[in-house]
Amino acid sequence: MEAVFLAMVLMLSIFLGFELISKVPATLHTPLMSGANAISGITIVGALISAGGESDAMSSYLGAAAVMFAMINVAGGYLVTNRMLSMFKKKDTTQPGGKA
Amino acid sequence: MNPVIINLWYVVAAALFIFGLKQLGSPATAVRGNILSSLAMVIAIAVTLFNKEILSFQLILIAAAVGAVIGAIAAQKVEMTSMPEMVALFNGSGGIASLMVGWAALYSTGNTTFTDVTILLSIVIGGMTFSGSILAWGKLSEVMTSAAVVFGAQRFVNAAILVALIACSVMFCMEPAVDSPYLYAVIGLALLIGVMAVLPIGGADMPVVISLLNSYSGLAACAAGFAINNNILIVAGSMVGAAGIILTNIMCKAMNRSLGHVLFSGFGAVKQATKVEGEVKPIVAEDAFLILEAAQSVSFVPGYGMAVAQAQHVVRELGELLEKNGAEVTYAIHPVAGRMPGHMNVLLAEANVPYDQLVEMEDINPRIDNVDVAVVIGANDVVNPSARNDENSPIYGMPIINVDQARTVFVLKRSMGSGFSGVDNPLFFGDNTRMLFGDAKQSIAAVVAEFKG
Repeated sequence: MEAVFLAMVLMLSIFLGFELISKVPATLHTPLMSGANAISGITIVGALISAGGESDAMSSYLGAAAVMFAMINVAGGYLVTNRMLSMFKKKDTTQPGGKA
Repeated sequence: MNPVIINLWYVVAAALFIFGLKQLGSPATAVRGNILSSLAMVIAIAVTLFNKEILSFQLILIAAAVGAVIGAIAAQKVEMTSMPEMVALFNGSGGIASLMVGWAALYSTGNTTFTDVTILLSIVIGGMTFSGSILAWGKLSEVMTSAAVVFGAQRFVNAAILVALIACSVMFCMEPAVDSPYLYAVIGLALLIGVMAVLPIGGADMPVVISLLNSYSGLAACAAGFAINNNILIVAGSMVGAAGIILTNIMCKAMNRSLGHVLFSGFGAVKQATKVEGEVKPIVAEDAFLILEAAQSVSFVPGYGMAVAQAQHVVRELGELLEKNGAEVTYAIHPVAGRMPGHMNVLLAEANVPYDQLVEMEDINPRIDNVDVAVVIGANDVVNPSARNDENSPIYGMPIINVDQARTVFVLKRSMGSGFSGVDNPLFFGDNTRMLFGDAKQSIAAVVAEFKG
């Protein structure tokens, strides 16, 4: 029954994902991709549980390595997305002084 | 903390991810969207630390700190031209993380066969995301050849690897154990499949691969969610998976190719385009200035060549001068311009081009005959009329920006040669086409100097 419940969650979120993203304008595709990429670092939640467990040393080490890699994905992904998005400016607010 | 309360917080995080993604859909709200989404991540991580299964924090703190520092430095240092490589590497690290989460989940006791299958899925998808992304990074950064690598028995080899992977997976699930030799075989084969999948994909198709790998990294997280029975991984992972699929689809449509065609056949050598011959009409910066000065409407059509020449800043300067001169200035961007979806927009935004001047192909084409001057900078295939007219052309059927229908076309080009896919471009011989030969940055700078002089 658990599996069916998870499959239901999966189905609904895939549809939700399609709905949310199909309307994004081309201008934002790169930030969208790096932002979505950062979200895929959610796997860190699983990594934390393994890394903090004390059942088996190997499992902890695998978890810790996963925490590190997922953290690169999360921190890097969000920061680079923010950096990109802050470059997008409307005409009126364009500030002079960029590298010419 | 009570597991129910932890899961309630996951619900909050999921809602914030959804709001965040929604707000990423408009330039005005995108910054806030990204912050909301990162807030969701912080909540998810923070409440997970209250999980009763987590007994020691030492390893976690060290690993998280190291990862955060590496990610932050990479995000700060990366050049916007290298964004595709960066995203490939981030994808790869997400993929390997999911592989390891799956692997570590094998150590928990009382797994059902269903759990074992999902563990294997997260190992396989995570592994191929990792090795595929590393290879994509290699191709994009030109550490290795960016061309499609195709060899005769490729399909048979790939089929054999796939069969072996499935066989090993089945054998593993019959008798799951953390030291099962089949586990190592599955990990090895998954890594191999990632490499084999990206190998036959050529440079011009990289935007598709990046989108697809992005999707895989989400699906890997999703599979890891099944493996450890965690909703937030499934929700967030599948939304990323959906996002990647949508972008992949947009890229494929923009090249008029099916996903299967991109994945399984190298580009080129399929058809021989009709050779076009004619005479090009070169002009110098001074003439270009005279025509631009009289223009009411100017549209720049940039390609990756513009970024290579680092011409985006001087292009923006010319655009501002033209506006002051009373012309309407737009930047028409083909969906596959640049090396990942939307790459060109980011490069122009970095050069302070306001986003309301960035227009999509579908918006510019209906009014292209009202454009006085279309300035093509470092783009070739995406403005090649053969895609419309020449059934023998390898790019026939690909939607293009119809610059040949503008009143005048300037093509900035280093010299006469063909673009990425080696297709001859009849645009260069058009009656209304003027060629401005030389380095794009210097050519535009010369025109700017004329304006100021």
